[in-house]
Formats: sequence, structure tokens, C-alpha cells
Amino acid sequence: MLVFIIRRCVQSLAVLLLMSLLVFVSVYAIGNPIDILISADADQIERARVVAAFGLDQPLWVQYFYFIKNALAGDMGRSFVYATPALGLILERLPATLELAVAAILIAIVVGLPLGLWAGLRPKGFAGKTIMTVSIFGFSLPTFWVGLMLIMVFAVELGWLPTGGRGQTALLLGVPFGFLTGDGLRHLLMPALNLSLFNIALIIRLTRAGTQEALLQDYIKFARAKGLRNNRIIGVHVLKNILIPIVTVVALQFGSIIAFSIVTESIFAWPGVGKLLIDSIRVLDRPVIVAFLSLIVVIFILINLCVDLLYSLLDPRVRLSEAKG
Amino acid sequence: MMSKLTRKITRADTPFTRFLQGYFASRIATFGFVLLLLILLAALFAPLVSPQNPYDLEHLNVMDSRLEPGKTAMESDLTYLLGTDDQGRDMLSAILYGLRISVMVGVTSTVIALAIGLSLGLLAGYAGGRIEALIMRVADIQLAFPPILVALILLALTGRGVDKIIIALVTVQWAYYARTTRSTALVERKKEYIEAARLLGLSPLRIMFRHLLPNCLPPLIVIAALQVASAISLEATLSFLGLGLPVTEPSLGLLISNGFQYLMSGKYWISFFPGVALLATVVAINLVADQLRDVLNPRLQGQ
Amino acid sequence: MSATLHVENLQTHFLSRGGIARAVDDVSFTVEPGQVMGLVGESGSGKSMTGYSIMGLIDEPGKVVGGRILLNGRDLRSLSAEELRRIRGNRVAMIFQDPMMTLNPVLRIDTQMIEAVRAHQEVSKDTALAMARDALVRVGIAAPDERLNAYPHQFSGGMRQRVAIAIALLNKPDLIICDEPTTALDVTIQGQILFEMQKLCRESGTALIWITHDLSVVAGLADTVSVMYAGRIVESGDVARVLTQPRHPYTHGLIASAPSRNPRGQALRQIPGSTPSLLKLPTGCAFRDRCAHATMECAQTPETRIVDGRALRCFHPMADAPAGSIA
Repeated sequence: MLVFIIRRCVQSLAVLLLMSLLVFVSVYAIGNPIDILISADADQIERARVVAAFGLDQPLWVQYFYFIKNALAGDMGRSFVYATPALGLILERLPATLELAVAAILIAIVVGLPLGLWAGLRPKGFAGKTIMTVSIFGFSLPTFWVGLMLIMVFAVELGWLPTGGRGQTALLLGVPFGFLTGDGLRHLLMPALNLSLFNIALIIRLTRAGTQEALLQDYIKFARAKGLRNNRIIGVHVLKNILIPIVTVVALQFGSIIAFSIVTESIFAWPGVGKLLIDSIRVLDRPVIVAFLSLIVVIFILINLCVDLLYSLLDPRVRLSEAKG
Repeated sequence: MMSKLTRKITRADTPFTRFLQGYFASRIATFGFVLLLLILLAALFAPLVSPQNPYDLEHLNVMDSRLEPGKTAMESDLTYLLGTDDQGRDMLSAILYGLRISVMVGVTSTVIALAIGLSLGLLAGYAGGRIEALIMRVADIQLAFPPILVALILLALTGRGVDKIIIALVTVQWAYYARTTRSTALVERKKEYIEAARLLGLSPLRIMFRHLLPNCLPPLIVIAALQVASAISLEATLSFLGLGLPVTEPSLGLLISNGFQYLMSGKYWISFFPGVALLATVVAINLVADQLRDVLNPRLQGQ
Repeated sequence: MSATLHVENLQTHFLSRGGIARAVDDVSFTVEPGQVMGLVGESGSGKSMTGYSIMGLIDEPGKVVGGRILLNGRDLRSLSAEELRRIRGNRVAMIFQDPMMTLNPVLRIDTQMIEAVRAHQEVSKDTALAMARDALVRVGIAAPDERLNAYPHQFSGGMRQRVAIAIALLNKPDLIICDEPTTALDVTIQGQILFEMQKLCRESGTALIWITHDLSVVAGLADTVSVMYAGRIVESGDVARVLTQPRHPYTHGLIASAPSRNPRGQALRQIPGSTPSLLKLPTGCAFRDRCAHATMECAQTPETRIVDGRALRCFHPMADAPAGSIA
């Protein structure tokens, strides 16, 4: 088992290195690093500082080492707009985005799993068919438009929920989070719901397909022959089998949710990383864009690694065979 | 004693009629098909069907801006069925023109991505070895990142324009086709008819495209249909964020984005109706693609 | 002494677009306590369906439409779903053919055994675990504690089937239905399991229905045998009598076609034709299209009659006995 973990970590490191090379090449070799790292209205001192710190007067491969060294130290240039380190800016906004993403995933699982299970157990019933048709809407609804409509209905017309922003936050381990306050939750509800819609539909479909397939298996027939209660057959035998593929897909979707939060954050004025990115693109705050890119690459590689490990942990067949070989 | 085994020879019906029967057996799928047909026709004949050309500045009247649905124009007896936007454009016309662009961009990018992905997938599946490993590795890395992110970064670097957004959409889609085609090709290349073709001395290109390709098509058709919906949706999202098409060729996404600022003052129609049009298009495509998948797949297994 | 199982005129039908398939057509038999009945037939003869019908495991589009299933005098068909659930795995157990998929791959063995006990008995987990351990020892599994902590995929096919048998025995049922449990296993393991099952049943007085297509298994194991064809029992009686002196042409053909019976150098005997689809059965006797003795009379469905000390469904019972045995 340990061998497997180490092997996967090494693989991830290799991909990480490859991606860093890719980012470096696109920024330094294809683009002009001077433009990207030094603001147009920077003075001589600032210019000289950046050139020294990033080795911009050195050959390309030396620059790469500077790039890596600085990145590990957290220096990815200064934002043109805020004049603070770009990486710091992003890390400051990251908790807000993560909070949104986690809330969205939780909603998707809590709503999608039971509905999908029901649709899988009674596929021909009215409820089952309705759930499937509704799931098509979940896939088709454009996230950004639904966000607008939510604001219009619940904030503008009905006035139940705020139109945007994060609301009050409380500190947890020194990091501000919105879900810890009532006001924060009210602000979190709509954007999280908006973000979760697509995944609700996805989880419904996956759960239904998995349930239908599981019910056909011999071990279910055997479980019935043993005289087990229906609740146990579904709750233990079926559920444990379908959870494995569902958990892996959901974990992979986490990355997609973070990506789509770009849209949701823009609409709901949620102070996360996505909104920062869009603003930075608009004003061409390039160091922030590069830092964002690098961070995203790291996050995604991490997600893929975690999913692999999670899958091997959950499926005893994989876990035990990996332990042997 | 001989067992009398007689068999009635029924008139063979073609695979196509069977396909049609299978497809239209579902009411929802038929509804989806009809809806899609209407939308495509409306998009195709937009200039003929629209009450007004929304981009002809001569016919626009800024005094008519932000009118509610159902109001009539000041200087003509044109009724704005769906209201007007901040420039006085008739929403219905704007939507029809926007639909045209959205559909065009979606279909074009899917077709190009399909062509590229299919060719690369066939090559990978047929050639094997290092070529296959290289193509698949690139595809895998591409697929590990969410499409919206990749498209976003690409457009941030290249700027606005129809060609740029099509390139972005193609970049995001090709890997999916390549991977699917390659898996099917892997299965098919072991079959005897490929061996026979090779023994006949046919060129690899010919084998790939005339023999391997037709058998890899059915799953691709379903995926392509779904991807068109996905591409249209993605383009709308990117336009909404201000990154896709230029302002002179507004797709539905841009129309929705224009109406964002008026939501707070209750002028919902500027964002609402284009969204409904977008939703209807994507739903129709998804309904059709869903049924296509159900109809085409068991048939595959039967063969 | 009342019979453990008495099946009377059982009918199980499957509805399909092509018509109604009578998978189990007017099937009747009796099994006494401690007795082993072999249920023999080719694939599609309805033998597995008979087993599922008794267990109440027939799903759409199939349905048990007629007859009585008396388990210790109680008609299983008249029970509610919950009452039937309490009998399944408790008073009557079933073992399936493919040991690979019978056990849930993601649950541990002890979990799957403990739940079988606790579904029917109010005992603590520890007590159930102890019972599971004992059951594993009884079926000949050494080091049961290790096995209990393991997952199904870590076992061989023979081992998995032993676990399934152990599970079947946990609640000391009155009847065990075995649906070709050794078909997927090595011949050597087959012999072992057969022997052990026979011993266990004699010791505990459990009745056994052994469903198989292999006549040699029946010869070595069973007390009585019922031969099925196209959903009907065509011949049924004491195993020695039926196998040495078969009266039904189909039974006769089955025995004669066993390769071990053939003198070397001679062409293998076959029953001409092939098993008909259940949707396209001839009227009357289902076997008549392949039978050398069929006459116009066979267009009527032959009723079950007692002929020569066995139940028989035939208008033209065979008089001669084939030489030798098939074991």
C-alpha cells in the first residue's frame, strides 16, 4: 500500500514539473516576461528589482530555476493593480472560493444521491421518470443565467436573500469563513445552490445508473435469498457498491466546480479567486494571472492524486491487490 | 423421424427504418426533435423571420429602449413582443440573430473538433506504440483540466473574435473525441476485416478512414450531439464574462450579459428571454442526444 | 412424517413480446426431511426457475401464477412479503451457481455472515460471529478467523462456494436449494463438496434439492430424481430405478448420450433435434418433435401417471432398460 502511495506521489511530482515547464515556456518564452512581470508604470528601482529577482537578464534555463525558486518561496511577482505579491493576493481569496465549492458539493450530494437512488429503485414509476427529465434540465441550464434568475426572484422581487457579497464572516483557525454566521449563510445559499445545479443532475444520473446495475447483480439476489430486510439490501449492499464510482466522479468534479465558481463569483460578487481572475483579465494584471495559473495547476494535480488514493482506499479489490504488487 | 422446422422469412427492414422507429418511440424524444428543428429553422432563417434587423442602426430608435414586452414602437406599428434592450433593439429579433450565431459557433467548433479528434484517435488506435502514447498523454493532460478554465485562459491570451473563440472551443473538445475514437479503434483493429484489408495491401490511411472509421462512428455521433450543446453553453458563458465574441456579433450570452445591470430595476426581459432561448436549445439537443444514445447502443451490441 | 416440501401444480410464467413462456409448467414433487432430490434438465428446462419460484425470487417480467408450495405444511404463496422474507435464509436457503458474484465484493466475509444470522435471530454481533466461525469450520475451512476478516475476491471459487454453503447452514434451515453449485468448480473440488453436503444433510435432517444438468452427480448423491423438460417434470422417482430403468424417452436419451456409457470407437449417441424455445413449444407433449415413439396421441398433453413405481408424463413409456449404469 505504501509503495502505491509513493509511486503515485512521484508520478504527480513529475506531472507538476512538466506543467511548471509548460507555464514557464508560455510566459517567458512565448510571452515577454518584461511585460508580464513589470508594470508599465514601474520605476527604475522596481524594474531593476524584478530583473534581479527573476534573472531576466540571464539565459532561459537559468530563468527557469529562478522561476521555480521564487515560486517555492511564494514570489510570483507583484500585482500591477494592488502592488502586493500576486500569490498572497490569491491565497487571501482562496478560502472564500473553497467555502463556496464545498457548500456546492455538499448540496449536490445531499440532494442528488437520494433522488438518484429513488429513480434507480423505481425507474418506471412517475417519480423516477420525472426525476430523470428534471435532471436533463440540470445539465442544460446555463449556470450564469440561473444565477441571474435566482437573484431576480429571491433578491429583487421577493427580497428574501441578499443580491451578492459574502456577508459576515467569523474566524476559524485564523481564516474567515462565512458559514459560521447566520448572515454568512444567507449570502452563501444562492451562489452555492447555483453552482451545485449541474452536479445535482450528474449525481442523480450516476446514482440511478449505478443502482440499476447493482440491482441486477447476483449478490443482490443472494442477499434476498438470505432473507435480509430491503432496507439493509439497499442501504448496505447496493449503496456501498455504487458509492465508489460516485465518490471518484464527485472528487474529480471538485476541480470543475472551482473552475465554474469563476462565473458564479462574478454574478454574486463573491470575493473569491474566480472574481479576482476575471477582474485581472479585464485590466491585464498579468502577474496575478500567471500566479493563478500556477496555483490551479497545483490544485488540479493534487485533486487527481487524492482521487487515485481515495479510489484505492474505498475499493478493497484495488487496495489489496496493490498491496501485493 | 425428422423434426419439421419451418421458418417464416420476414421482409427485411432496413437498419435506418428500424432506427427511426426506435427513436420516435419516445414521446419526449419526439418533442425534443421537433423543438430542435424549430430552433434550427428559426436560427437559419433569422433575417427572414425577425420583425426587425437589430443591427441595422438606421432602424433603431433609442427612444424605444427598455420597453416592456408587448409595447409598440413610437414611430412605427411594430410590436415588441419580447420588449427592447437598452439600445432600443427588438428582443425577439436580437434573440433570433443571437441564436444563429450561438448555433453556428457551437456546430462549427464541434465539427472541427470532431474532425481533428477523430483523425488523431484513429491514428493513435491504428498505429499504436509511441505515437499512440504521445497522443493519449497529451489528451489526458488536456482532459484533466475543466474546459471553462482552459478556454478562459486561452481567450485571455488571444483576445476577442469569432475565430478565437472557435479555436478555444476546439481546443477544449478534441481530446474527448480522440480518446473515444481510440478506444473503439483499439477494439476494431483486432478484428478480421482489418487484418484482411492489411493483407490486401491497402494503405494505412485508406484502412483507417474507409474501414475503421465507419465502425467507430455510432458512439461518436452521440458524443458530438452532446458536445454541441456543451459548446453552445460554454460559448454563452464565455461571452457573458466578456471574453468571447466581439460586441458586433452578439450571441445569446452577450445579450444576457447586457441585461444583467437592469435586473435590479426589474427590467427582467433583457436577460430572461435570451436565457430561455438558450435553455430551450440546449435542452432540445440533450433530449435528442439522450434518445440517440439509447437507440444506437443496444443496436451496436446486437451487431 | 410429513414432507418438508410439497410442491403442487406450480406454474411460473414469463411475459415477453413474443408471448408467454411457461418456464415452470404444472410442476409437482415432494421432498422428505433428510432426503436429497436431484432436479435434472438441460439449460432452459426450468429447473433453476423452479428453485427461484420456491424461494419467491421471481422478478418481472416473470410471475408465479399457480400452484401451491407447502413448506412444512405452510403454503409459501399465501404468505405476505414480510412473512416470506422471514422464511428465506431461515427455514429455506439457496446456494447459487457462480460463486464469483454471489458474495458482495466490497463487504467483508464476517459482515455478510453476521447479517445472515441477525436478519432472523436476535443475537449480539459477537454471538453471530461465533456462529459464523463454527459454520466455516463445519464446511471444512481451516483458519476461519483469517477468512472472516477477508474479502471475497481473496478466495478461490471452491472456497467461496464453501462460504456460501456455510451461510446457508447458519440458521439451520429445513430445506436447502442448490442451483448447480459445483458446475463452475474443478472436478476434484466438486467431489469434495458433494460428499460434505451429503454428510451435513444426513446429520442434520435437512432436505436438499440439487439442481443440475449432470446425471452422474445425481447418481452419486440423490435419493430421488426429477427430470425436467421444457418446464415440465417428465419423469420422477427413486434414483436407482429411474436411472437404471428410465421409462421416458427423454430420460432414456439423456442417459444413453452420456459419453462414459459409450463403447469406444462408436459414434456418440444424441437426442436428435434441439431444445425448443419456450415460446414455440409444440402442442401436447413438448418432446414429441424429437421423439422416435411419438404418435398422434402425443398432440394431447400427457398427464402425470404412476408407471412402474415412478411418476411419468408419457403416452409411450419405454419398456427396455439400457444396459449398464451411467456412474
